[in-house]
Amino acid sequence: MSEVKEQVLQIDDIEAMAVGTWILGTGGGGSPYLNLLNIRELYAAGRRVTLKDPMTLPDDALVAVLSSQGAPLIGQERLADSAMALKPLRIMEEYLGRKFDALMPVEIGGGNGLHAIMVAAATGLPAIDADAMGRAYPEAQMTSFAVANLQCYPLAISDIRDNEVIIHKAHSWKWMERASRKVCTEFGSQASTCKAPRSGKEVRDHGILYTCNKAISLGEAVLKARKKHTNPVDAILDECQGSRIFTGKVTDVERRTTGGFLRGRTVLEGLGTNTKEKFSLDFQNEFSVGSQNGEAIVMTPDLICVVDSISGEGIGTESIRYGQRVDVLVLPAPEIFLSPRGLELVGPRAFGFDFDYQSYFKDQK
Amino acid sequence: MYRIGIDVGGTNTDAVIMQGDKILAGVKSATTSDVMSGVVDSLKKVLAETGVKNSTVSAVMIGTTHFTNAVVERRSLSLTAAVRLCLPAAQCLPPMVDWPDDIKQAVGGHYWMADGGNEFDGREISSLNDIQLTKIADEIDALGIDTVALCSVFSPVNDSMEKEAMAIMKKRLPKANFTLSSEIGRLGILERENAAIMNASLRKLSSHTVGAFGKALKSVGLSCPYYVTQNDGTLMSAKFVQEYPVLTFASGPTNSMRGASFLTGEKNAIVIDVGGTSTDVGALVNGFPRPASTSVDVGGVRTNFRMPDVYSIALGGGTIINPEDPISIGPRSVGYRIHEDGLLFGGDILTATDVAVGLGIADIGDPEPAKKLGSERLQIIKSKIDEMIVNAAERMRVSSDRIPVLAVGGGSILIPDTVGDLPVVKPNYFAVANAVGAAIGQISGEVDRIFSLTSISREEALETARKEATKKAIAAGAKPDSIEILDQEDVPLAYLPGNATRIRLKVVGDLNG
Repeated sequence: MSEVKEQVLQIDDIEAMAVGTWILGTGGGGSPYLNLLNIRELYAAGRRVTLKDPMTLPDDALVAVLSSQGAPLIGQERLADSAMALKPLRIMEEYLGRKFDALMPVEIGGGNGLHAIMVAAATGLPAIDADAMGRAYPEAQMTSFAVANLQCYPLAISDIRDNEVIIHKAHSWKWMERASRKVCTEFGSQASTCKAPRSGKEVRDHGILYTCNKAISLGEAVLKARKKHTNPVDAILDECQGSRIFTGKVTDVERRTTGGFLRGRTVLEGLGTNTKEKFSLDFQNEFSVGSQNGEAIVMTPDLICVVDSISGEGIGTESIRYGQRVDVLVLPAPEIFLSPRGLELVGPRAFGFDFDYQSYFKDQK
Repeated sequence: MYRIGIDVGGTNTDAVIMQGDKILAGVKSATTSDVMSGVVDSLKKVLAETGVKNSTVSAVMIGTTHFTNAVVERRSLSLTAAVRLCLPAAQCLPPMVDWPDDIKQAVGGHYWMADGGNEFDGREISSLNDIQLTKIADEIDALGIDTVALCSVFSPVNDSMEKEAMAIMKKRLPKANFTLSSEIGRLGILERENAAIMNASLRKLSSHTVGAFGKALKSVGLSCPYYVTQNDGTLMSAKFVQEYPVLTFASGPTNSMRGASFLTGEKNAIVIDVGGTSTDVGALVNGFPRPASTSVDVGGVRTNFRMPDVYSIALGGGTIINPEDPISIGPRSVGYRIHEDGLLFGGDILTATDVAVGLGIADIGDPEPAKKLGSERLQIIKSKIDEMIVNAAERMRVSSDRIPVLAVGGGSILIPDTVGDLPVVKPNYFAVANAVGAAIGQISGEVDRIFSLTSISREEALETARKEATKKAIAAGAKPDSIEILDQEDVPLAYLPGNATRIRLKVVGDLNG
């Protein structure tokens, strides 16, 4: 896919990437703006990020998998912090007694896509053009590495104070989620993590590849459409082979921060061709299920993206608000999550819904 | 009964008198440096022109771009101390981190980060530190700063730290005025803090300006209530705007768009409002200003107010042009001093209006001094101005449909007959569209309080809030059948017992009569 084995990201690439990750975040991953601000500062100070093709990774390379864990709303108030973000990486190096060769985001969606780029800028470590979700998901076991049953530990997690925790071992990915979520919640529902380190071979075999460049291309398509006054939302659909499923105005948002997540529901009233129709979206950090007139018509792992109808800018579950005019889009899920093991981990039942996954795209074909 | 709409722009002060839906007269006067005499002048003119007795005027609505202009032009801003209560969180991105350098300089760029702030669930991030805040207050005092903006992490959930910190700092800064972020903003610390800092830096200007409004009305014998229009097109009291001038941001464009739609009957259009100092470009969708969905920049500073989607450029009738460097246009404007400083009025500064007059596009004042520059040079400048307008319009355009451009505002002589491929419409009273928009300002009713959801459902609580807000709006003079919800938000307050939630809800309606 990518011809370039190694590229030095320019600030324009990262500005575009911020637009793309916010759309791919399906409402979660936090606003990339805050990470972008940090990266702008780091770039202004002369730092640069090298993005590497995962296929160039030696089998035994040691790759850090990074994220900011928690409820997206928290970041709006406590902000993103590059010093806090790189702490767990150092803790993990100390624990392993070995330095990392590269790093990658656990999820490309939202601020977390840029979180890893921000740490790359701060540390000088190369970033790998891959993630483990191809979007954003709320929980630790919702990754391609978990689908592949790779080892889930150790994990380092730290906060804004001097609290640092290493989870030495966990029974399963779900236990890792439970344990780390408890810690994260105590830390104020936002913490920096360095997940179970991966070998170069593991990333190549089980990562979702080239998603950084995918986010950059998507962002560029949107920015280009805005500049040329073509429809940015159509540009997203073209770029990602997606469908527009609803256009409407936000008339209700119910959200609460609980158990380390931002959960809730938003209701849209139809506009244009959807006049007089209703659409509701359930979310747990990310949008999980969309229902039209009461019937679930789109669901995880398909990507449910809510964007501003005019600018195509992504809208997060923490920032969606009354009166916004939005389009709801569905983009195809990464193949790996459509396997039985994938659906077990990220299908609607994994989010507490009492029905099985129905692909939106199957119906359309 | 009659009502008067006034628009106090950077250059002109306009007034209209309306009776129901009918405009009886519209006049323009120069804005004066004391604000007051310009308003007096306009009021006198419009009352004289119509013969309306001042005792029959039921209300005066004032729209002003004064505060937005101060920010856009980086002038009349007080040095402000920004204090964020957050440590050890939120330190990587300090206050004003994403502000353009020139406005950061205009407010001094001084900030402090201190202990304090809350978690979402009400726990403290850290406790307030009396000694630290006292020391900060002393440092602020030593810099000669008496304007403070305080912002605490999660203050929309719990505002007590901002209040306590103010009390501590006031002991050392007894004369300072404070703006607390929790009073003007919602969740999103950078945007809320930005609004608080800008508000603080405008407080001195607002005391002066609002005082002038009151005196002006009194001096022409108007004793009716007066209101100032807010960013969302609703009206607020004079006392309120004095404390929260930042809430007038973008009221100018809202007024001009609502006014332009009212004057032309057009429901879908691009509205270009050229004032003396700046040009605002917005879009009408189904008769309403298209709201900005996400964050809005004011003078390059990000905010999260509910505002129309407007693109502003520093180009107006009074914009200063360097004749030696014809393509460097603005951003400074002679503003209301155009009547003294503009070449056409015998001054010695080349303005955008001089260029139009020199080229024979407009017939005001003396074209001769501008003509001395030679038509070639004037053409170069005019092309650059046209280019700025076309670019701004293109930026707001979202489809290739050839919707009309509604040209309004006193400086709209600068707008060419077509903007790109879009036809231009100049309505009657185009020059006073803002004042018309102010006169048709909407009445709001607002509820912002904590509900306990132990015995009632969230829906019931929202319904109660809706009814309360509607009742308030009707009491304030709104037509009952025109009321609709403008904004609604609920924030669960996990730190309070009884499943508490803070509901903020605002309804609007047209003014009766």
